[in-house]
Amino acid sequence: MTTFALLLITGLGLGALYFLIAAGLSLIWGLMRVLNFAHGAFFTVAAYAGWWASGLASGASPEVQWIVAVVVAVVVGGLFATLTEVVLVRPLYARHVGQVLVTVGLALATISLVQGGFGSDPKTLQLPGWMTNTTTIVGANIPNTRLLVIVIAALVFGLLLFFLRRTRFGLIVRAGVENRAMVQALGIDVQRAFTLVFAIGGMAAGLAGMLAGTYYGTIDPGRGTSMLIFAFIVVIIGGLGSVTGSALAAIVVGVLQQFLNFYGAAGVGDFSVVLLLAVVLLVRPGGFSGASG
Amino acid sequence: MTPRVRIALAVVLVVLVALPAIGFAVPGVFEGALNAPGTLNLLGLCFVFGALALTYDLVFGYVGLLSFGHALYFATGVYTTAIALTRWHWSLPAALALTAVVSLVLPLILGAVCLRMRDIPFAMVTLAFAQAGSILVMQNPLGLTGGEEGLALGGGVLPASLIGVANTRNLYWIALVLLLVVYAIGWLAVNSPAGRVWQAIRENERRVSVLGLNPYLYKLGAFVLSAFLASATGVVYLLLQGGANPQVTTADFTLALLVMVVLGGVGTLWGAVLGGIVYEYLDFRLVALANTGTVQSLPGVLRVPLSEPLFLLGVLFIVLVLFVPGGLGGLLRRRIAS
Repeated sequence: MTTFALLLITGLGLGALYFLIAAGLSLIWGLMRVLNFAHGAFFTVAAYAGWWASGLASGASPEVQWIVAVVVAVVVGGLFATLTEVVLVRPLYARHVGQVLVTVGLALATISLVQGGFGSDPKTLQLPGWMTNTTTIVGANIPNTRLLVIVIAALVFGLLLFFLRRTRFGLIVRAGVENRAMVQALGIDVQRAFTLVFAIGGMAAGLAGMLAGTYYGTIDPGRGTSMLIFAFIVVIIGGLGSVTGSALAAIVVGVLQQFLNFYGAAGVGDFSVVLLLAVVLLVRPGGFSGASG
Repeated sequence: MTPRVRIALAVVLVVLVALPAIGFAVPGVFEGALNAPGTLNLLGLCFVFGALALTYDLVFGYVGLLSFGHALYFATGVYTTAIALTRWHWSLPAALALTAVVSLVLPLILGAVCLRMRDIPFAMVTLAFAQAGSILVMQNPLGLTGGEEGLALGGGVLPASLIGVANTRNLYWIALVLLLVVYAIGWLAVNSPAGRVWQAIRENERRVSVLGLNPYLYKLGAFVLSAFLASATGVVYLLLQGGANPQVTTADFTLALLVMVVLGGVGTLWGAVLGGIVYEYLDFRLVALANTGTVQSLPGVLRVPLSEPLFLLGVLFIVLVLFVPGGLGGLLRRRIAS
């Protein structure tokens, strides 16, 4: 039971990180049909920006440092994503493959630049004391960072749902995912919704970058890319364009990965996630949410 | 093709075949003489990547399938041969036969699953399978793949004519033959009736199915052919490198392939070859450039970006996608035409 609880909550924490990356990807794809490879770059750059900012605030208490890091990461992620949309993606409007290629180029260039500037060794994050402690739940000592990541991702999920269901922009985004041509025909400026969705996705990715740093205790240039691939899998399994689907799929993928990596040999969990993807595609090509892929 | 272009190509080909006998140096372009082993090895790798980029262009440029898993098939060629040679101590012909079988069966199965999706979902699924391959290689199952360290071919597993610095020219010729053969097969394929259907699928898949053809089967055929040829280039890469490294299984490697094809020009065979050759050459030479005194003495703001070949190539790639959609091949063609 102890191991079960530990694996379950660790898996949920991992799923929470996947969700934060996948939610933005899913919305961007749903609205703009852009497969955003630069999402891993947002994640990485924001994490490094947060790490750097927390170094600047080194006089303050660890809690303040951590909050500064998170805020900076979210802001940098959002700004970077907005810039990417305006400068690189927008000029290629209606050239979907071109848009994907540009984000690929950006991802390659940015991540190698981060690697060149900061080195490929992991950087340790200064965490507040209570985060490095554990909480006992049904006999298992759960690291507090896992719980923190889960709580924050749940909050973001709630905020995103509120945004999508209760605000005017959210309405436009949902309508755009459903039928973009119709929204445009009604005279609504979808372009602004594109930028907004990119900005939100970038902020979530930035948050994920910093939270992944908190979860693992370190940040490094390669993690963004490897998490991005699992986030892609989450997006497809969850159904492209659906935030709720992404959340469900993220939980399934994260928990499955943890359990199988523990009970099977190392890497079995990662491998099974890909198999799960194949099975889902064969049985239900639209993913959980059933949206047409 | 005008007669002048044809003559120029024939001259280039003769020079390339005779290159190992040409002793003079081209300063600035290559470090040693043209027939120095280092130069021949670099050129051999350029040919391999030219051929590999061509195989990628077959699916991406001609059928319009944006696969993010092509590295998997290249790696299949590299690792199947390497495992058969070093772990099971098979002879080279037996290892090649096994590789041929695996390189046909694997893409057939994975392609059949992936091609149930279209467009971007297809891209994501191929990426996921390639990632699974990468994880598998990294995990070193049963000690077969050597994990992060890869596999070195070492002595005794290859015929003597393929080992040693002095025999680099044999490998160079093999790489050149590979490029020519892959080009010939690619040319025949895209100009065959099936090749025309591929291009029709790229333009309008629904129309092809309305005409009574089954796009799925044609796409699968293109996918398997391209993957098989990619595995063949992987085998030559293994010989040239003298070992397998897990770098070739990663998603970054597929992305590099994408850069090569777009760099050279999507949808033309020679454009893709050009892109592959230029990319590999730049990747190699930019590292050398980064280690020169001029770059090392620059302030960090300039030194760091200039020391990262992938950064420079990524930026070049973005510029090409934004401003030169036809790639280098398109530029050249306009030059020749005007």
